[in-house]
Amino acid sequence: MRAIEPWVEAPLGGFLKESAARLTLLMTSSGQVVAQHGFTRSLDVMAASALGAGIMASTFELAKVMGIRPLDAVVHQGTGVGIYLAAFDTPRGRWLGLVVFGDETSLGLVQYFFARLTEDLGRAAPAAEPPRQVLAEDFEDELNSSLRALFGR
Amino acid sequence: MLRELLTGLTRIAGVRGALIVSGKDGIVVAETVMEGVDGRAVAALTGSLAARMRGVTGALGHTDPGLLHLQGPDGGLFAAAGRAGLLVVALTTADVNAGELRLALLRAAERAA
Repeated sequence: MRAIEPWVEAPLGGFLKESAARLTLLMTSSGQVVAQHGFTRSLDVMAASALGAGIMASTFELAKVMGIRPLDAVVHQGTGVGIYLAAFDTPRGRWLGLVVFGDETSLGLVQYFFARLTEDLGRAAPAAEPPRQVLAEDFEDELNSSLRALFGR
Repeated sequence: MLRELLTGLTRIAGVRGALIVSGKDGIVVAETVMEGVDGRAVAALTGSLAARMRGVTGALGHTDPGLLHLQGPDGGLFAAAGRAGLLVVALTTADVNAGELRLALLRAAERAA
């Protein structure tokens, strides 16, 4: 398992243990990866996150066209393998989860433990940090002194 | 039709809830459960349990089990295999009349499809 946000690791570890999912990807609604389990190449992760975010964006628009509330989850079920894709809210904004599971588990177990994962993430998320200044107040002075030091002027 | 089957089961004293579950997927098809009972959790875990029991009986060279009965100190769980991979599930208190419930579940399982 790899996680960009360390507080995601414990809830995700619990989910993986209970659900027996083969692959799991947590990402922001724009497709930025937050954590992953089971992917072996960075390219796979990026492609999967982009496609997952695209699918959820499409279903969101489809729901709008149909005049219904946005769909929270999509399930693709094939022979011996299934994909569960769901959107959920966290203190860090709306995230998406993409779970690939096989015959060793079931859709019901994945759905149930994914719901628990979203609750655990909500509890584990640290308080939102106050927005920081992009540039320090004395950035220009420091830049000038650094340039003077570099070029001797 | 499925609701009627479940209502018949919940009329038996000691039954806290009855569900029809897709056995392979472990998801709820229909449910009538008392407040505080998480039907989705029951469906997911019963589906998983039934799949494991099928694995056990298969490994022993037997046919799939027709009825599962899990008994705990505070209650029990019964699951009867119906047609099309459906499970008819009942959650009970410890003092339920198990014989009556087994008969009712097996009858319901025959009709559930």
